[in-house]
Amino acid sequence: MTAPLDLSPAPGAAPLPRMILSQAAYEVRAVLRNGEQLLLTLIIPVVLLTLFSATSLLDLGPGDRVDFLTPGVLALAVMSTAFTGQAIGTGFERRYGVLKRLGATPLPRGGLIAAKTLSVVAVEAVQAVVIFAVALALGWRPHGDPGSVLLLLLLGTAAFSGFGLLMAGTLRAEATLAAANLVYILLLAVGGVVFPLDEFPGGVRDALELLPISALAEGLRDVLQDGAALPGTPMIVLAVWAVAGLALAAKFFEWE
Amino acid sequence: MTPPGDGAVELHRLVKRYAAAGGERRAVDGLSLSAARGAVTALLGPNGAGKTTTIEICEGFRRADSGTVRVLGLDPAADGPALKPRVGVMPQSGGVPGTARAGEFLRLVASFHATPLDPAALLERLGLTEHARTPYRRMSGGQQQRLSLAVAVVGRPELVFLDEPTTGLDPQARHATWELVEELRAAGASVVLTTHNMDEAERLSDHVVIVDHGKVVAEGAPEELTGAERQLRFRARPGLGLEELLSALPAGSAAKESPAGHYLIEADVDPGLLATVTAWCASHGVLTEDLRIERRTLEDVFLELTGRELRP
Repeated sequence: MTAPLDLSPAPGAAPLPRMILSQAAYEVRAVLRNGEQLLLTLIIPVVLLTLFSATSLLDLGPGDRVDFLTPGVLALAVMSTAFTGQAIGTGFERRYGVLKRLGATPLPRGGLIAAKTLSVVAVEAVQAVVIFAVALALGWRPHGDPGSVLLLLLLGTAAFSGFGLLMAGTLRAEATLAAANLVYILLLAVGGVVFPLDEFPGGVRDALELLPISALAEGLRDVLQDGAALPGTPMIVLAVWAVAGLALAAKFFEWE
Repeated sequence: MTPPGDGAVELHRLVKRYAAAGGERRAVDGLSLSAARGAVTALLGPNGAGKTTTIEICEGFRRADSGTVRVLGLDPAADGPALKPRVGVMPQSGGVPGTARAGEFLRLVASFHATPLDPAALLERLGLTEHARTPYRRMSGGQQQRLSLAVAVVGRPELVFLDEPTTGLDPQARHATWELVEELRAAGASVVLTTHNMDEAERLSDHVVIVDHGKVVAEGAPEELTGAERQLRFRARPGLGLEELLSALPAGSAAKESPAGHYLIEADVDPGLLATVTAWCASHGVLTEDLRIERRTLEDVFLELTGRELRP
């Protein structure tokens, strides 16, 4: 027979930070080897950035195209990971009883949410490195305060995570899949990611500026393109979305 | 009132209602049971009897509408954080992400525990070593079940809940599962499992609880449940005069032929009765074949208690 196993009871939970790190590492691996997720998180942003920077397909107003596009694509990358990827991934985990099963392990629910957040931030860091590298190669010259950029990215992540988890925890997994992709495409089109909001009529533009994706893209542009520090309006818009999304998710999320 | 015992699981008058078409349905309806520490307890019952609901209340996934639940002396609804490291759970199906590899997921759950089993040794033990890198969704049903069992025991729990651990397994995998359960028990862990497999309940359990319509209909050690009653079976040419045979047997005996040529005598089987039957056959020039004395099986008891009609 095979090696003996010591099955005598020796229960005990690992320290919480170790559980969170280990779950986060698993989630990062799961995202990075998932082809569809990689398409959303890396390939589409890089293709948009390269295509529209290197060609004059779009009229992007005065200034270097890459300086306009990089902040928008960065915002898109945050949305793809914190919202679309997280909503779909968590929706299917809920549907297949993974959340329930993890709920039977010593990892507490708060620890699972912390791990998911950590993995979203880690994937975003990978995305940012790739996008910055491509942008620099295309001649991007960033300005502004790195602290403001970081703060905007964190606010954006919180806002998108809240709504991603809200969707995953309330809708059927198939509905989440469809809706999360639809929202991604819509916000890509009308959220000032690659198509400037100036092209829309005034009233419509004012409304679109209240979207989290536009707030993040415009805020990042204010800093990276125009050298502003702590752009007030985008930060307030993002903070409102973040509080609303996280509160709604905390209230309505169903684990099974 | 019964004071709470110190068993691994103590349930007292548990009730769980679900909304159902035309009102509500009681999935668990006043169920009480005690599962001893260091023992294997089987919940045996037909589909829809309330076994899974009961076990999910013990695991803290559901809350009872009334009654008391004590798992290792704690309340699973309130003491989850204290209880979870001590309890292993194997759900009836699923619970592993489709893209997760078997070894990866087992190592992940092992990392949540202070002194887990070696995941590689556990995979080896359950015959999953060559599937360690296989994504869960590409594994066969039996491989998925074995991984699920491994996940339940990797944290070296004091108490393990196994919800239909061998459903859909081939005989080799079933025996491997049984051996692991026997070893858990020998190592001092408590096991509570659900099953509708009689062999499993009879072979593994110290205590069998037969559940139907959300209630306990019988419980005891397997040999207590099957009792002292015995029966006699033999084959012979079809169409024997059973009325005449019965008149030679003690009152209260029963005899039937089903299918043709297969006879069953239900009676207080003792050497005298055996002699009477063979003598009667000899006097009628009947050669009995495959004559054997059987104890009632758990299946006989089960069907007697829960009826023969099919469950939805």
